Amino acid sequence: MRLELIKRPQHSVLFSAISPLIALVLTMIAGAIMFSVLGKNPLDALYYYFIDPLRETWSLHELAIKAAPLILIAVGLSVCFLSNNWNIGAEGQFIAGAIAGSILPVVFPDFQNWLVLPLMLIMGMAGGAAYAAVPAFLKARFNTNEILTSLMLVYVAELFLDWIVRGPWRDPGGMNFPETRDFHSFAILPELMPAAGRANWGIVFAIIAALVLWFVLGKTRKGFEIRVLGQSPRAGRFAGFSASRMVMVAFLISGALAGLAGISEVAGAIGQLQPSISPGYGFTAIIVAFLGRLNPLGIVAAGFVLALSYLGGEAAQISLGLSDKAARAFQGMLLFFVLGCDTLIHYRIRLVGRAPQVREAAEHV
Amino acid sequence: MFESVLITIATAATPLLIAAIGELVVERSGVLNLGVEGMMVMGAVTGFGVAITTGSPWLGVFAAILVGAAFALLFGFLTLTLVTNQVATGLALTLLGLGVSGMIGEAFIGLPGVKMSPWVIPVLSDIPLVGRFLFAQAPLFYISILLVIGVSYFLFSTRAGLTLRSVGDNHDSAHALGIRVIAVRYAAVMFGGACAGLAGAYLSLVYTPQWIENMTAGRGWIALALVVFASWRPWRVLAGAYLFGAVSIGQLHAQVIGVSVPSQLLSALPYVATIVVLVLISRNRRLTMVNTPACLGRPFVPAR
Repeated sequence: MRLELIKRPQHSVLFSAISPLIALVLTMIAGAIMFSVLGKNPLDALYYYFIDPLRETWSLHELAIKAAPLILIAVGLSVCFLSNNWNIGAEGQFIAGAIAGSILPVVFPDFQNWLVLPLMLIMGMAGGAAYAAVPAFLKARFNTNEILTSLMLVYVAELFLDWIVRGPWRDPGGMNFPETRDFHSFAILPELMPAAGRANWGIVFAIIAALVLWFVLGKTRKGFEIRVLGQSPRAGRFAGFSASRMVMVAFLISGALAGLAGISEVAGAIGQLQPSISPGYGFTAIIVAFLGRLNPLGIVAAGFVLALSYLGGEAAQISLGLSDKAARAFQGMLLFFVLGCDTLIHYRIRLVGRAPQVREAAEHV
Repeated sequence: MFESVLITIATAATPLLIAAIGELVVERSGVLNLGVEGMMVMGAVTGFGVAITTGSPWLGVFAAILVGAAFALLFGFLTLTLVTNQVATGLALTLLGLGVSGMIGEAFIGLPGVKMSPWVIPVLSDIPLVGRFLFAQAPLFYISILLVIGVSYFLFSTRAGLTLRSVGDNHDSAHALGIRVIAVRYAAVMFGGACAGLAGAYLSLVYTPQWIENMTAGRGWIALALVVFASWRPWRVLAGAYLFGAVSIGQLHAQVIGVSVPSQLLSALPYVATIVVLVLISRNRRLTMVNTPACLGRPFVPAR
C-alpha cells in the first residue's frame, strides 16, 4: 500500500475553496486527540477554544484586537510569498515598527497635539520597512538567503527592544520596572466603541490593508508581475520584470505593514513599550497567510480563526487548567494540515496496492 | 586558561555541529528542511524528560534521537509524499516543535536536570594544553567528531554516498538510472532529524542540564546557516561550528568581564555574525553556484 499522486490537468476550483476548511476540521480532530491525551474532555476543550470566546461582546472586541496584527502582517507576507520571497522575520519588523513609532511619545513626551498619532503610525511603517529592507537588500545585492537573514534579525530586534526599555527609555518615574512611560492621550489609538469593548482602529487598518492588497494583487499589472515572478522567474525575466526590484518591493510592503501592526499594538492595546510586546504574532501570521491561501480576503477570515485560537487558549487555561502553550501546538498543527490539504488542489491522491496484484487483477478482467 | 576557553568553545560548538552535519546530509540529497529548530527543541525537551524520569541520560539521548527522527518523518511525509512546499513545511515543523515542546516542558520548568558525565580517557587527557579539550569531554563531543568523519567518508568515498549526492544534484537522471529518489530522501531527512534531536539532547543534558522554554534560542537556524557557510562540506561545518562557538563564548566572557557594552547587544552578536558570514559567503556567486546541490528545495514527482 502506498500513496500515489496524479497531477490534475487543471487545479481544482472545488479544493482551492474547501481545502482550508478540511484542514480546520482535521486540526480539530487532532486537537481533540491531543486534549484527551492530556486528560481533558476533548469536547469541553474544543468548546472553550472555539465557542466560548464568541459568546460575549467584550470578548469579540478582544478577538478584533488579536486579529488586527495577524491580518496586517499576513497580507503583507502574502505579497512576499506570492513573489517567492521568504520573509519570515515579520516578528522583528513588528518590533522595529513599534520602537520607531514610539520615539515621539517616549522621547518627546511634551509634544502633545493631534499630529502625534498620524506621525507615529507613519514612523512605525517606516521603521518596519527599513528593518525589512536589510534582508531584501542583502538578497538583491549579494544573493544572500533571505530566510536566514530575516529570521536572525528577529533575535536582534528582540534583544534591542529588551535593552531599550531597560536602559535609555526606561520610565524615570516607574519604580525601575522595565517599561517606558505610559503614552499620553494624543498618542493612544482610539477605541472604536469604548462603551462595548477595547477594540481599536487597528482592525480597521487591517481590513483596509487587506482590501487594497486584494485589489492590487488581483486587478492590477503590479499584482500580475508579483505572481509571474513568483511562479516562474524565467518567464518574468522575459516579460521584462525585474526580480531584484521585486525583492525590495515585496519586503518593503510587508515590512511596512508589520511595522504598522507593531505601532498599532503598542499605541492601542498596550499603551507603552515593554520588554515583550508580541505573543509571536509575526510567526503566527505565516500560518494565517497560508490558511488564507495567500488571498487577502481569505487572510481576513484566517486572521480571525487564529485570533480565536489565542483567546481560546486563554479561556481553556482559566476554565480547564489547560496550559496556554497548547494554543501554539494547535497553531503549528493547523499549518501542517493546511499545507497537506493544499496538495489536493493540484493532485488527485490514490491509495495503490502492490503493483503485481494490480496487473493480475487487470488480466482477469 | 587557554584550555578552559577551548573547552567552553567546544560545548557551544558541539550542538551546532551535530545539527548542521545532519542538515548537510539532508541538503546534499536535495531537500531543504527548515525545521531544524523545531526538531532540536523537541530533542531537548524529550531528552530532559526521559533523563529525569529514568535517571539515565543515555535513555534521554536515545529518546531524543527517536523523536527528532519521528518529527523529520512527518516533514518527509508532507514534502516527499504529498510534495508540499519545503520552505513552508519546514517553518510549520519549527512552529509545531516550539509549541509542542513548550506544552510538554511546562511540567519540567525549574526541575534539576541530569548532567551527562564526561568520559575522561586516561593518559591521553594528561597531554598538556589540549589533552583535556580533546580527551576529557562529554561523550556527545566524541560522537560529533565521529559524525563529521563518518559523513565525510560516506558522502565522498562510498557508493551509497554517491547515490545520495546524485539524487541531490539531478533527481530526474537519478530516477532514470533506477535510483529510488524518494526513498533516498526519506532516509536522509530522517538522519537529519535524528542529528537535530541529538543536538537538542546535548543542550538539555550537557550544555545547561535543565529545561527552559525555547532553549534552542535560534541554534537550529544558525546550524542551517552553517551548512551554507560550509558550502556543503563536512569539514568546513566543523570549522564553522567552532568559529561560531568562539563568537558566542567570546561575547559571554565579555559580559562577565563587564565590557561597557550592554549585555543585550553582546547577546545579539552571534546572530549578527551569522548574517555577516552569510553575506561574505554568498556574494561569491561562483562558489555558491558550484557547491549548492542543484535540486535543493525542488520537489520531485516521478513521471509515469
